Amino acid sequence: MITRLFKFHGGIKPDAHKHESAGAPIQRAPLPSRLIVPLRQSTRATARRIVEVGQQVLKGQRIGEPEGFLGTAVHAPTSGTVIDFGRYTMAHASGLETRCVVIQPDGEDRWIEHAPFDAEADGREATLAWLRDCGLVGLGGATFPSHVKLGKGSGVDTLILNGAECEPWITCDDRLMRERADDILAGARILFRLIGARELVIGIEDNKPEAIEAMRAAAQRAGDAVRIQPVPALYPAGGEKQLIRVLTGIEIPYGKLGADYGVQCFNVGTAHAVYRAIAHGEPLVSRIVTLTGNVARPGNWEVLIGTPIDELLPLAEPRPDTNRYLMGGPMMGFALPRLDVPVVKGSNCIISASPTLLPPPPPEQPCIRCTECAKACPAELQPFELYWFSRSKNFGKAQEYHLFDCIECGCCAYVCPSHIPLVDYYRFAKSEIWARERDKAAADQARERFEFRNYRQEREKEEKAAKLAAKAAETRAKLSSEAGEPAAGAAAAPAETEDPKKALIAAALARAQAQKAESQPRNTDNLSPETQAEIAQIEARRKAQAGDTPPPADGAVATDTPAPAETEGSPRP
Amino acid sequence: MIHSPYIRKPASVQRVMGLVLLALMPGVAAYAYKVGAGILVNLAIATLTAIAAEALVMSLRKRPVAIAVTDLSAVVTAWLVALCFPPIVPWWLLVTAVLVAIVVAKHLFGGLGQNPFNPAMVAYCSMIVAYPALMSQWPPAGGLSFETQFGLILGGARDVDGMTGATALDALRTGLRSGTGGVDAVMQGSAFGFLGGRGWEWISLGYIAGGALLLLTRTITWHMPAAFIGALALISGLFWLVDPGRFASPLFHLASGGAMLAAFFIVTDPVSGATTPRGKLIFAAGVALIAWLIRTFGAYPEGIAFGVLLMNLCVPLIDMKTQPRVFGHRGQGNSR
Repeated sequence: MITRLFKFHGGIKPDAHKHESAGAPIQRAPLPSRLIVPLRQSTRATARRIVEVGQQVLKGQRIGEPEGFLGTAVHAPTSGTVIDFGRYTMAHASGLETRCVVIQPDGEDRWIEHAPFDAEADGREATLAWLRDCGLVGLGGATFPSHVKLGKGSGVDTLILNGAECEPWITCDDRLMRERADDILAGARILFRLIGARELVIGIEDNKPEAIEAMRAAAQRAGDAVRIQPVPALYPAGGEKQLIRVLTGIEIPYGKLGADYGVQCFNVGTAHAVYRAIAHGEPLVSRIVTLTGNVARPGNWEVLIGTPIDELLPLAEPRPDTNRYLMGGPMMGFALPRLDVPVVKGSNCIISASPTLLPPPPPEQPCIRCTECAKACPAELQPFELYWFSRSKNFGKAQEYHLFDCIECGCCAYVCPSHIPLVDYYRFAKSEIWARERDKAAADQARERFEFRNYRQEREKEEKAAKLAAKAAETRAKLSSEAGEPAAGAAAAPAETEDPKKALIAAALARAQAQKAESQPRNTDNLSPETQAEIAQIEARRKAQAGDTPPPADGAVATDTPAPAETEGSPRP
Repeated sequence: MIHSPYIRKPASVQRVMGLVLLALMPGVAAYAYKVGAGILVNLAIATLTAIAAEALVMSLRKRPVAIAVTDLSAVVTAWLVALCFPPIVPWWLLVTAVLVAIVVAKHLFGGLGQNPFNPAMVAYCSMIVAYPALMSQWPPAGGLSFETQFGLILGGARDVDGMTGATALDALRTGLRSGTGGVDAVMQGSAFGFLGGRGWEWISLGYIAGGALLLLTRTITWHMPAAFIGALALISGLFWLVDPGRFASPLFHLASGGAMLAAFFIVTDPVSGATTPRGKLIFAAGVALIAWLIRTFGAYPEGIAFGVLLMNLCVPLIDMKTQPRVFGHRGQGNSR
């Protein structure tokens, strides 16, 4: 079969340093004194703890239930006792903490009862759920939940297994392919069926001839129509987007997934774990970790998830001049701030570093715009422009120049003759932009809340006013219907022409008058006909005495508007 | 705390600049052999001035002096100034020029990496404006002994007519303007060799050899030299084909003056030049076009320096408008 390989722009060829550990077969690491098992094992999702302190657990027993769309289950890596639950520092550049279950192994490593899963019989959805419940996440480093990545089961033609392992020093995938090629292929077949692909390609950098040979032999044994494709060893050929580009020619832009372009990519280690989960019913409780660098015994170890790194390191016998340890490769890894942190599902390599092996960079010099970085950038960015924009905090411009297309592979900083830590500038700019976006989102929310509050208050005020006006109008209507034209004319005239406030005042006055009208005549209400007649006589007498001057209805209540009071209050004889 | 990547290519500014100096050697050797060893004196004067100026300014700016001096960028500037000046200019003129390059063109704009204009070309342009006569006196190839050259550099009396002559470019212009004949007639003069100026062909070959070294070591990309040479040949060729009596041939243009020095060492200055692949083509072609215009129609014998400065002005615009497309954004209207 003639296959065409594609190229990606740039890339670098650092010293591979694979030979140190590539010859060492995978060994099972001894049980540590305790296992710190983080409940957050996949990107952005923390499992819900279902065990109590003091509880006995078996190897493979579920200790965390998956929660949410991106959640995966968490399992006890060995049998033992849960001795603590709390926040522990993680293997993270900033030493972040996460909730962990601490298990003291009982030394028996006793499995919980488990049985193979019949993926054929139980159907696709059940299989995805099974993988989720087995804690399957991508073992290439990003720990993205595999069941989510397997998607809808349609629209993906090409399944790619990533065995490129392009970072220097790391050999865990290399060893896995050499030693467990049949299992990887079996896992790949499961993924192939689940994803509904038509083509299976396994990309391996050509600096791993033994792994390529082992995979080819396995494919021959199984009679699979799988393409084992050597790819040129050029960092970062193992980056998902770069590998997809090399094998298919498809370029996946920032923010898009392979599935959008009909191609999906899994790490070979993930395929192996999928095989264990389906064919043996074993949840993901261990992974292969390369211990290398400035050590006497570089090697590859099968390590239980949760094993503290300081208990793992003695296996490799670090040399005395070791000054720090890197997790991951030297291009994209990070220096461990402390060593009592656990191995997690994304931990592929720990490099023991010494000042001679990984010397500190020479002092930073000014950028001379030599464009070496642009020549090396696999994302085809202009790194020095991003550097200028990030440095001057011109973040809008940095985004315009596609800052977020940067995959932080480190090629630019690797080649920079001025020794500028370029990636740090991009990390800084990205986090500043994220922080600003968060702040802006918060501010937007606050503003929206404030505006809504204002709107609500205004609305309530208007409603109140409308209610009052309606009530006033009602009252006026009632009054006018009760008391005839003069009252209605007096109160209604201003209400129609003036603003609502005046109408309100008028209404209030009208109410007061109404009240007064109600209260004033009270003395004369409900009187016996005799008393009424008496009053009428007195009135008549007064009138006769005072002539035409109308007498106040009630001497105690002096009002500005005597007319209505008189008309309403004094029942004329 | 130091972050990834933890490994680095053994590259440095010093290495880049050192390589440029090394690449200048063949041209310098040919220069010293064909024209006279006076250029070596000038190179020494320029180098010492540049290092002293760089150290002084860096200490005034309270910046680390040692790194700046040892990065060799000032030495490269000094050599380029010396190489594009006549080899018999008095020492004070060269010192002034280098001071202009280092202090004004480089450090007043912020030092290494910050200068918008090519420092050597700023020096050349200011001096040719300030001292047009001294800047136009070139010794005929092999015509002056080292002692005479040394004496002139130290400020000795100048018998302009007897000792010095015009460059081929200058001779061609004055010849054509005086109306004594066409290009062919003028080029029978003693200033002319088989291509350009007598003896200068060898120096140009030396620069080409150095340029090849820079290309092979990937210190420069092919874009700038190719665009510069291509554009100069194209524009001069077009006019030469139309009227060979009035316009010099492309080969003459390429072999004369500082064309080869410019193609491989001057337009390729990374700091003040365009950075994108397409931008580099536009930049270098623009320099060539302006240089040809000034050579042919202008008042100065050589136009490359003005071309470089004018195109330096356009660099931000060129870079902005020629940003290459980004991975995954092919054919999505994102290329600007």
